[in-house]
Amino acid sequence: MLKQIEGSHAVAEAVALCRPEVISAYPITPQTHIVEDLGSMVKSGEIANCEFLLVESEFGALSACIGSSAAGARSYTATSSQGMLFMMEAVYNASGMGLPIVMTVGNRAIGAPINIWNDWGDSMSARDAGWIQLFVESNQQAVDVHIQAFRLAEQLSLPVMVCMDGFVLTHSYSQVDIPDQKQVDAFLPTFEPRQLLDPASPVSMGAMVGPDAFTEVRYLAHHKQMEALELIPEQAAEFETLFGRDSGGLVKSFDCEGAETVVVTMGSVIGTMKHVLAEMRDEGISIGALTVRSFRPFPKETLRDLLKDAKRVIVFEKCLAVGMGGILAMNLRMALKDFPIRVHSAIGGLGGRPRPITRANLRRMFEKGIRDEMEEPHFHDIHMDIVERELEREQAQRRSGSIAENILQDVGVVAAAKTI
Amino acid sequence: MKTPFAITLDVGSSLLNKTGSWRNERPVYLDRLPPCNHACPAGENIQQWLYLTEEGRYEEAWRQIMDDNPFPAVMGRVCYHPCETHCNRGQLDEAVGINAVERFLGDQALINEWQVEAGAPTGKRVMIVGAGPSGLTAAYHLRRIGHAVTVYDASPQAGGMVRYGIPKYRMPREKLRAEVARIERMGAELQLNTRIDDVVAARDEGKFDAVFLSIGAQLPKRVDIEVNGELPVLDAVSVLRNTELEEPTGMRGHVVVYGGGNTAMDVARSGVRLGAKSVTAVVFEAREHMPAHEFEVKEAREEGVELVCLRAIREVNGEQVTLEKMVPSEGRWPQPTGQFETISADVVVQALGQNVDTGLAEAISGIKVAEGAVQVGTDMQTGSPGIFAGGDMIPSERTVTTSIGHAKKAARHIDAYLRGVSYSPAEKHEVVSHDMLNTWYYSDAPRTVRPMLSVMRRQSGFAEIVGNIDQENATFEARRCMSCGNCFECDNCYGVCPDNAVKKLGPGNRFEFKYDYCKGCGLCASECPCGAIKMIPEEI
Amino acid sequence: MPQIPESHQKVRFYQTGTLTVGNRLLDAEHRSVQGTMDRSNSLDSGHRACQGCGEALGARFAIDAAMRATKNQLIAANATGCLEVFTTPYPETAWSIPWIHSLFGNAAAVGAGIAAALKAKGRDDVRVIAQGGDGGTTDIGFGCLSGMFDRNDDVLYICYNNEAYMNTGVQRSSATPGGARTATTMPVGKDPGNAFNTGKSVPLVAMAHLIPYVATASVHDLHDLEHKVSKAMGIHGARYIEIFVPCPLGWGSKPSDTVKIARLAVECGLYPLIEAEHGELTGVTKIRQHVPVGEYLKLQRRFAHVLKPGNAHQLEQLQAIADRNIKKFSLIDEKGGQE
Repeated sequence: MLKQIEGSHAVAEAVALCRPEVISAYPITPQTHIVEDLGSMVKSGEIANCEFLLVESEFGALSACIGSSAAGARSYTATSSQGMLFMMEAVYNASGMGLPIVMTVGNRAIGAPINIWNDWGDSMSARDAGWIQLFVESNQQAVDVHIQAFRLAEQLSLPVMVCMDGFVLTHSYSQVDIPDQKQVDAFLPTFEPRQLLDPASPVSMGAMVGPDAFTEVRYLAHHKQMEALELIPEQAAEFETLFGRDSGGLVKSFDCEGAETVVVTMGSVIGTMKHVLAEMRDEGISIGALTVRSFRPFPKETLRDLLKDAKRVIVFEKCLAVGMGGILAMNLRMALKDFPIRVHSAIGGLGGRPRPITRANLRRMFEKGIRDEMEEPHFHDIHMDIVERELEREQAQRRSGSIAENILQDVGVVAAAKTI
Repeated sequence: MKTPFAITLDVGSSLLNKTGSWRNERPVYLDRLPPCNHACPAGENIQQWLYLTEEGRYEEAWRQIMDDNPFPAVMGRVCYHPCETHCNRGQLDEAVGINAVERFLGDQALINEWQVEAGAPTGKRVMIVGAGPSGLTAAYHLRRIGHAVTVYDASPQAGGMVRYGIPKYRMPREKLRAEVARIERMGAELQLNTRIDDVVAARDEGKFDAVFLSIGAQLPKRVDIEVNGELPVLDAVSVLRNTELEEPTGMRGHVVVYGGGNTAMDVARSGVRLGAKSVTAVVFEAREHMPAHEFEVKEAREEGVELVCLRAIREVNGEQVTLEKMVPSEGRWPQPTGQFETISADVVVQALGQNVDTGLAEAISGIKVAEGAVQVGTDMQTGSPGIFAGGDMIPSERTVTTSIGHAKKAARHIDAYLRGVSYSPAEKHEVVSHDMLNTWYYSDAPRTVRPMLSVMRRQSGFAEIVGNIDQENATFEARRCMSCGNCFECDNCYGVCPDNAVKKLGPGNRFEFKYDYCKGCGLCASECPCGAIKMIPEEI
Repeated sequence: MPQIPESHQKVRFYQTGTLTVGNRLLDAEHRSVQGTMDRSNSLDSGHRACQGCGEALGARFAIDAAMRATKNQLIAANATGCLEVFTTPYPETAWSIPWIHSLFGNAAAVGAGIAAALKAKGRDDVRVIAQGGDGGTTDIGFGCLSGMFDRNDDVLYICYNNEAYMNTGVQRSSATPGGARTATTMPVGKDPGNAFNTGKSVPLVAMAHLIPYVATASVHDLHDLEHKVSKAMGIHGARYIEIFVPCPLGWGSKPSDTVKIARLAVECGLYPLIEAEHGELTGVTKIRQHVPVGEYLKLQRRFAHVLKPGNAHQLEQLQAIADRNIKKFSLIDEKGGQE
């Protein structure tokens, strides 16, 4: 059914259709609306046979899901940013134990400095945690991928993060086709846990594993993610058959076949990019794009197939490995290491800048890439004058105070505050 | 279910890890010797019969006593119960009332007519001289084995000094009769009113294969007191015997009993009952050193017996008895002071102990008599092969219980002698001292006080003065037993093992250690209430 | 026998009352679970706890009792710590119940999740225990624990309190008593050992949450312990039981003294055994044979310095704490002990 609704609410409805049995909730912007809506649905009885736990922290939220999932309940939670960091110990634990929890990450920057706006710093902090990480481009995708995520998680016995851009998707209203229950039930079977805390057949879960078997355990975890590389497209295809929509999968091409220059990115930013790229192609520039929908597992083979004929790739990502550069770019370079393809790394949208990312500034960036003039890495839409003034100040005076405050002074915020 | 490798484990897998290899010391179960058993002259397995009583298994408990002692109803009345003196519970609150429980069991047997069967006939015959506790006990044990026995006694009734030396108020005769009758029912032949003067001749004539001599100490010890006048000076043995035979005792008016032992108290208390106007016990020793048991002295005084301690009777003039005051000394005996006083009396009774008539034994060649006692080896055999002796006749403490113990021991050796083998007793276990126990586990419980007859009733007759304890009390009292050194299946070892390395074998079967897993922590041993587990170094 | 409810002492003055693990003379219903041949041995042989481990003992006591109370329909979540490490090193588990270890600080939340799952599935016959040591409970797991209390989740949380971080090598926790030596509170300086007037009583904190049931128990008093666990399993909602479990390694005591030390801790007043319902104190286990704290301290090397002449003030402080407990909880019967 088509609905004009907020992204968070769409996700809540999708999760509800998946018949969750335990949902744990802790407020953190920008995912809060999702669990608020789910809470209402459980309380009103719209979601039957479901327990809604109001926990004391994100650590508690995911820990409760670990317990409920181990006890055989389809379990869900959502988080963002600092919340993800606060639960990080449990993030690794859930995947290590192979518990098929589905968690929405309303992607948001990580502080300090504290910042509530969108980038992928939170999801990236958990990129090696053993979870499957699926990025979505739209709220429709968010709905569809959540439905696929439960099936994938339970089939593999691995937890899945559905990563959606905070505010940009979570708080935006758009038309979304919400499937009906029958369709979802047909796609998503009842949860049959691979391991279960059951008095009728007791096992001990979460053993201490020493050097004698730890490597093998890790190998198997990696192997399982490699299996997901086959399963994800299969499920996406099946989903498309049932629901008539291309959602999910490993990657999504936007006219990247045959293009000299391919922009590679993830998440919602492709929505704006599509228009810029269409504009450029109309002008005869050979440029296409591709989104990585499954960041973990990272679809190296698929990317190689799609990109092998490109001349250059411009990776645009909303995250930064400080001291190294672009994270998606690093991963992509690994995939393309055997090909003579230039991979430019562009980092932008950190902490929500700009709001929104505009067609104009995107085009300037692509053109710079096409000219192969990009710095390594390239910081998109950065105010270098502010940076340089701070660097000068630091040079002059070893202890120059808080960088954040200095910059805010430069942009006038502090001065304004002080005059009030 | 295919569970994830290494992270999820199947139950029961830790059993592969044999933690027993960590152990430096291993616990072992053992049966130590409880102090009651150790102190019992009859060697009764008291802990065991209390254990059975706790569960209400009275007949089994009684049969356990009967393994060692055929007179529970008698002993439950007349034994001075050294078991209670040594009872470890005495250090916690009060000793277990073992004697009362024994009496209860003995009486239960009489009420229910429980019987012990004789053994299959062996064809051997044993002659027993003396139908006192020792002789009858020997007869009983030998009958159980199957030997034929004939018991000879000069008196008209069986029982020896129990009958003729212990007053009725302590030892009702029907109980004694019933317990003797039980032995008779086992086929023991009693020849009463039959005095044996020549043991060897009687043996040969009766074609006996062995002899057991067990004559009681019936000859009164007397001191010479100068008597000027007609005042009768009696002895305690005769008074008690005549009391039993219901013949005149000569106890009248103001009675002075000379002596501070149990017999002195018996005769003094009998005097009260026989209608004396007053009874005064003149005691050589200081009050606190009186040889009589404390309860006897206490009860005697309650009944009106007056005590005059640290006095010696020096002479009797008419109705005046002259006493010399004594003072305690560092030596064994009090010393004279040269100060005198007199009291008036209508009769004086000497109660200074008894001797055994050893003439019978002295007449047998090979038998050695020294210091008024027949000498025997560790096998209770005299110098004359096949002739054994026990009870008051041989050097020992002269108590009924000791006599019964002798007889049990003698019976075993006589049996071995008859079969041409030698009997060697099992090695004794280590005795349990209080510090081997973990007494925290024993709940506090006062001893059940045996109901006592009112003093007025006691003074006027020979009714039994110590009442019975009822079934509930007997059970309760038995349950106060701490079961020193013997597992009573409290499950502590089974419970407190952090390694689940103790296997419970079920009621009556105790436990065993699973040494595959026992790490040797020693918790079982330290938390065993009764000291029935010991840690021993592991051989490495 | 004030420490045992009347119903537990049907026949008074048994040979050993009901203080021993078993007593063949008791009715089956009054026997301890540990005394039965068919106890579940939820924590079985082959585990790697030290010799005389109080925690291994306490855990089997508690879980077996809970198993009995729930007719074996039990799931347990376990915090990281000794109890987890010594029971489940790959490839061997000593647990015979469905059991999960997740993290150090989240046992209460994992338990809450399991309980939620069971509720969602309508399995009201299956009950949940979460458990951990004092570090995993009073410190790192405190947030999750408080959350579980706050939500009144249907979980019994059991804290095995051995008063320090033993698994990591005996470091101070907020359950470590004043004066005690640990690797982070060494007996050096003017006030050797752990500082006084620090730490927290989680049983009292739990009571402040007004949860249905809070109790403390000790491995020396099995009947009291089992009674409390059984009682807790008969109640729904958040429950907390703290069990005093001496640690021979961490306390420097003889392995064979584990139960004795627990007994003395209670008998001297330092470790009161209490019960509370909905925030109200409803019961105390009276001291049976009162002893001065020195009797308890002298068996443990962690307090050796306290008993030295120069540290009399520390001994006095500990005695004062015990005396305060005795007064506060009326641990000694005014009528002069038991019947």
